[in-house]
Amino acid sequence: MSKEKEKDQTQGTSISRRSFLKGVGTGAVAASVAPSVLIDAETAAEAQMGEEITRAKIKLDINDKAYEVEVESRTTLLSVLRDGFDTSGNRVDLTGAKPICERGECGGCTVQVDGKAVYSCMTLALDAQGKQITTVEGLADGDQLHPVQEAFVQHDALMCGFCTPGFVVAAKSFLDQNPSPSHEEIKEGLAGNICRCGTYPFIFEAVKTASRKMGG
Amino acid sequence: MAEKKDYKVVGTRPIRHDGVDKVTGRALYGADFQTVGLLHGKVLRSPHAHARIKSIDTSRAEAHPGVRAVVTAKDFPAVEDKIADLGEGAANVKDLQDNVLAGDKALYKGHQVAAVAAIDPHTAEEALELIDVEYEVLPPVIKVLDAMKEDAPLLHEDMHTDEMGEKSEKPSNIAAHFQHKQGDPEKGYAEADVVVEQEYTTETVHQGYIEPHNATALYNPDGQLTIWCSTQGAFAVRGQVSEILQIPVSKVKVVPMEIGGGFGGKINVYIKPIAAMLSMKTGKPVKVLMSRADVFEGTGPTPGSYVRVKMGATNDGRITAAEAYLAFEAGAYPGSPVGAAAFCVFSPYKVENGTVDGYDVVVNKPKTAAYRAPGATNAAFAAETVIDEICEKIGMDPLEFRILNSATEGDIRIDGPPAPRVGFIETVEAAKDHPHYSAPLEGENVGRGVASGYWPNFGMKSSVSINVTGDGTISLVEGSTDIGGTRASIAMQAAEVLGIPAESVTPTVADTDSVGYTDVTGGSRTAFATGYAAYEAAQDVKQQMIERAAKLWEVDPEEVQFADGVFSSVNGKEQEIDFKGLAERLDETGGPVVGRGTADPNQPGPSIGLHVVDVEVDPDTGKIDILRYTATQDAGKAVHPSYVEGQIQGGAVQGIGWALNEEYIYNEKGEMTNASFLDYRIPTCLDLPMIDAVIVEVPNPGHPFGVRGVGETPIIAPPAAIANAVYRATGVRLKELPMSPGRVLKAMGKI
Repeated sequence: MSKEKEKDQTQGTSISRRSFLKGVGTGAVAASVAPSVLIDAETAAEAQMGEEITRAKIKLDINDKAYEVEVESRTTLLSVLRDGFDTSGNRVDLTGAKPICERGECGGCTVQVDGKAVYSCMTLALDAQGKQITTVEGLADGDQLHPVQEAFVQHDALMCGFCTPGFVVAAKSFLDQNPSPSHEEIKEGLAGNICRCGTYPFIFEAVKTASRKMGG
Repeated sequence: MAEKKDYKVVGTRPIRHDGVDKVTGRALYGADFQTVGLLHGKVLRSPHAHARIKSIDTSRAEAHPGVRAVVTAKDFPAVEDKIADLGEGAANVKDLQDNVLAGDKALYKGHQVAAVAAIDPHTAEEALELIDVEYEVLPPVIKVLDAMKEDAPLLHEDMHTDEMGEKSEKPSNIAAHFQHKQGDPEKGYAEADVVVEQEYTTETVHQGYIEPHNATALYNPDGQLTIWCSTQGAFAVRGQVSEILQIPVSKVKVVPMEIGGGFGGKINVYIKPIAAMLSMKTGKPVKVLMSRADVFEGTGPTPGSYVRVKMGATNDGRITAAEAYLAFEAGAYPGSPVGAAAFCVFSPYKVENGTVDGYDVVVNKPKTAAYRAPGATNAAFAAETVIDEICEKIGMDPLEFRILNSATEGDIRIDGPPAPRVGFIETVEAAKDHPHYSAPLEGENVGRGVASGYWPNFGMKSSVSINVTGDGTISLVEGSTDIGGTRASIAMQAAEVLGIPAESVTPTVADTDSVGYTDVTGGSRTAFATGYAAYEAAQDVKQQMIERAAKLWEVDPEEVQFADGVFSSVNGKEQEIDFKGLAERLDETGGPVVGRGTADPNQPGPSIGLHVVDVEVDPDTGKIDILRYTATQDAGKAVHPSYVEGQIQGGAVQGIGWALNEEYIYNEKGEMTNASFLDYRIPTCLDLPMIDAVIVEVPNPGHPFGVRGVGETPIIAPPAAIANAVYRATGVRLKELPMSPGRVLKAMGKI
């Protein structure tokens, strides 16, 4: 291993998420996915003044809808969902997934990618290309809530509700894979999500009810 | 005045009004707020725990492309050194300013020093690196006992101890010392057969609300400031921002968004005034969001503490004297919850001879904020384990001991006032009767412990208005932000009065211009006091509707009765109309009906609980597993029993986290080294058993339905109950929180 690489590895433990992502990308600065329609001329000119910016137009399939978005290599899926714009300047505006720890510690930003629950704060937008992304907003069928959503309401499996979108998606994803789980399996399956209000007992009940509703 | 009757709505479990919004992602929290032309703010924080700020040069940041404004403490208006009544308590306005943006000194790592507004978050973050701050690094002081030493580094060179009303001669980190005393403790100890005295320490812990702080501010050229944010109290934000920026309250409008947890920590302001200052400079809306590390390092946790408790009792189990010495870390500025700790430490018990000394001490940590029964958990950890030791020495069941020594209504407390009625004996009896307490404990290294927790609860001010809708429903406008279901529990109290289902109420949490003054969602006051205001508003509606029925039937209002949702005329046998029917006929009887209610109730009624816990301790690793948990609590009258159970379980979970894992870990430079959810471990579902919540109802005479606040009490007992269980399991008494594996092994003499 070269000296340079050794140095990089020791720094790796304390490196900030931003510089990590910068390392992954190109060290670009300035506007990420801000819409051209909302940026005034001065701003656009300033954005050009930064270092070389590598951006790519990519297509994302979110909740069965195709979005074309412009992203940098460092842009996370969470950031596109919450703050991104498509190339026509329309906001993606899916704020159900929450920015909480932005390090994959809490599960509040959980979405499904190709049927699997992932932390969208730890998923680069580029890596979600060509995959089917489902957010909490995409679970209901029109006004008909998904059985997991119904069960969360019925069992009052939420207090402040901030972790709820992440829990709902994680629970749905878990039940897709394990339709009739035991109590212990539910605990294991949802251990990647944190609820500080401590509603875990009601969440377990909700998952059991949803399992029955889904025919598990 | 509590009515004893069968309620139609109160005590039932309707579906919460905001449930669907919260499971579909539609509910909008502070960070979800968007508006056109938004700028993004980022905050530069002190890398040092204690440093003099010699200079700040912002010129390079200001020149950075995309930067729109930079602010530092120099941008604050001058304020007097005065105390303002804000939020859950009074605060010095200069301290508030200094905490928002450091002036001469940075007093903790993470202290806000400067802020930038730019066209996007990345640009703002880039610009922070271009702000040149010259620091003179000073030695930090982190622990309360170190800070109290004569030669300790001083945080505030001009601070003198308020020694029971007198100012000390020498400057000190001890902001205040107070004492409560009653009877003759020495005489009490002389009468005792056993005397136990022990010392305890607890570390700094955080509320850990998962939604980081957020604020978007827009300042209009006409002087009107609007702030969209999540907060426990929109009016508390209005008051603090008004004082910090010296703007009249009438020029500040705060729009509370949904809030992702608070537990006391979202009352103080940090970035809200900064967003406002950046908007004032740019004329644009500015949004500022904290990261998780910002939250840990820069916002008020609950204090670390040193507590010494001494207690004497006779062999037949009567407490003869008790003393407590409470030294609490206030963080960088005075104002720890040591006063509440002093109030609560012996509250469940009748103590005729006792003293309580409290010390409020500044250290180089973030200024502490409220955290669910602030102060009481630290105090109870000490007092409730000393009681356990006494029970062991005299061979008495710890529940019998509590029943024998329970304070009863009118007993004079050590701090002076008489004890109000609360169901202590009832909660202890409920625990005794619960199958958990008599269940055999099987296996090795297992033990069962108990402890109680007492919290006075708060009343404070609330306003509610009710509009009657033509379809027979009502819209209820309130000022209490809803952290855990209070939309429903408040709506239910109005529905009860009007004889309509809870689903016929549409509750709305309004901004500070759209509802009457309402204090914070805190102090376990919301279902109690805002519920009281809703009761009053509904009574107002009821009276107006009676007048409308009278008009319809051309009789005197006195001749109209209202019962079970139906208006009827006393004389006219056939005249009867339900609430919905009458609501449909408002236009022909005089137009809209709007009810209003305000409350400032002075009898919140304390809350008390008794927890029973079984643990298993791994003698090789020191890890404590919770096997079974039961918590009883007096709720007065549970408006929505599921929510009361949820509060009891949620409080117990936080108490378990505090007991087992949670602490700020500092290095010798005074830097917190575990500012993330990976390293500051809060309980996940893997850490917990089912928690059985048992509701006891001893009505509070200070509320029309007998309601007592319930939210804070359940966090108090867990650390003491678990420590008592660990003793039964291992024969070792833990006197430090958290009882992490390393501390357990050390106490067991294994490392």
